[in-house]
Amino acid sequence: MSSYAFRKFKNRLFFCLGIVAVVVALVPLGSIIIEVVVKGAPELSIGFLTEAPGVVGQSAGGIGPAIQGSLILIGLTSAIGIPIGILSGIYLAEFGNNIYGTLMRMFSDVLTEFPSIVVGVTIFLAFVLYVGHFSPLAGAFALSFILIPIVSRTTEESMKLVPNSIREASLALGVRRWRTTISVVLTAAKAGLITGALLAVARIAGETAPLIMTVLGNSYFFQGFNEPIDALPLRIWRDALQPYPAFIAQGWGAALVLILIVLTINVGVRIASRGRRGFR
Amino acid sequence: MNLRLTADNLFKVITGVVAAAALFILLLTGTTLLNGALPVIEKFGLYFFFGTKWNPVPGRYIFGALPYLEGTLVTSAIALVVGVPVSLGIAIFVVEMAPRSVRVPVSYMVELLAAVPSVIYGLWGLFVFRFWVVDYIENPLHNYLGWIPVFSGTPFGLDVLTAGLILSIMIIPTVSSISREVISAVPNSVREGAYSIGATKWEVIRNWVITYGRSGIFGAIILGLGRAVGETMAVTMVIGNTVGPAAIPSSLFKGSQTMASLIANGFLEASPGTLEISAYIGVGLILLFLGLAINIFAAVLVTRVLKVKGGAVE
Repeated sequence: MSSYAFRKFKNRLFFCLGIVAVVVALVPLGSIIIEVVVKGAPELSIGFLTEAPGVVGQSAGGIGPAIQGSLILIGLTSAIGIPIGILSGIYLAEFGNNIYGTLMRMFSDVLTEFPSIVVGVTIFLAFVLYVGHFSPLAGAFALSFILIPIVSRTTEESMKLVPNSIREASLALGVRRWRTTISVVLTAAKAGLITGALLAVARIAGETAPLIMTVLGNSYFFQGFNEPIDALPLRIWRDALQPYPAFIAQGWGAALVLILIVLTINVGVRIASRGRRGFR
Repeated sequence: MNLRLTADNLFKVITGVVAAAALFILLLTGTTLLNGALPVIEKFGLYFFFGTKWNPVPGRYIFGALPYLEGTLVTSAIALVVGVPVSLGIAIFVVEMAPRSVRVPVSYMVELLAAVPSVIYGLWGLFVFRFWVVDYIENPLHNYLGWIPVFSGTPFGLDVLTAGLILSIMIIPTVSSISREVISAVPNSVREGAYSIGATKWEVIRNWVITYGRSGIFGAIILGLGRAVGETMAVTMVIGNTVGPAAIPSSLFKGSQTMASLIANGFLEASPGTLEISAYIGVGLILLFLGLAINIFAAVLVTRVLKVKGGAVE
């Protein structure tokens, strides 16, 4: 048995190592945010946000199509994925206490950390090849494959926080089960539902890999549902690999816009839901 | 059970069918990839899994996926070796050591690391982090230990080490937040018992808390591995993207390729219906099975531990 002084020293040492670990994790976060702001902020202007990208040799132009494309993709994905995710979450929370529910819950869990590029390849083979062109819809399908399991799990978690007494009160008034679930339980779990959906949207807004082979990316504004569109993450990727400084700078500008969207949602949700944790 | 057609039963059936969405996605992915990968597996057989050559020139087709499997495994291993101690350090610090006022901000900021899109990690890796790696890690290692084969080659920054280190940052939020939950699920009676026989704080953590939560922490690490294996964009932008035998990660300072980055880089260049695209799909299939195996294993471990928590706490 080592001496008391040595044991105390070891205790102090590991306390310091804990602080070191926190610092090691926060340095990259700080550096990423600082670099994106410092290199991206000079790019920002009304023209940068609204114009189409330029051609090599002239100006780099703006990222209007990428912002528009990302908004379209987020909208379509939410329209497809959020209702499916919520319905699925309702089942898991209200009726899922059986083997079927347990299995489906496990599949959802497996999907949340799924290699996202595999989803892109699947949609390419099963949809893009089938209809014959890249399209916003293909991108939205791919992204909703990522969104659905997340929304489903967060819906389930927040509905489970609603105490049974509230369900029973509603049923005792003669309200049917489905009506109770929708009007009482869902309403009570509203904050959690919205939080979950927003966080899922923030997650898919930054997804790049599944978009490569579904929406392709180009330099034009929306041209129809049978044409490729651009998206912020794709624009950042393509810009970063360009040999021209003007396009690399555009990439940093686009990164600033994307990180602002994603971090605003994350921080906003966290502030809005502070101190509100279910019904305890 | 009441099987009559009532609104309640209908509601249950509809939500139940929709709840199968996850199963549908898994089945669609599995069958589509299996179907698309069949031609290349039929043509090359085991060579596809254990071969190293990759030639997409029509007429000279040869496809072996081993270097990319190795690239994925080596970068993920680096991510775990570097990322897990840091993540566990954070989890232990936040739950056991930090003053109450520091806990929430620290764990929240660490979780923000998960919110940063992976393409932004890639951008930062390509223009900022890469030079840190070259200046502070690769050059010193190369100058003093260059005679060891894994440190051979000229440090350039677009290589296995940079990719592994970026991944190690990206898995920190996953591993640390789950191990934090696992550690806070350890009942206080365990700690009190240990303190009462005179253990220091660190001894309590090391010998009792971690031992008690070890299978959950192990699950957290496996989930981190899952994230590292499937990560695409950040790796694609810093790994150097070599193809064929050159992609075998024999040195840390060498360009390589992971399965995900290979697909991201090459998939669109292959024409549909050719053996080449089938080869990319085949690589996707290997990635799918690897990801599934890791995630199912982790899900089983983590849910089992946190279920114990549910029983003990509530």
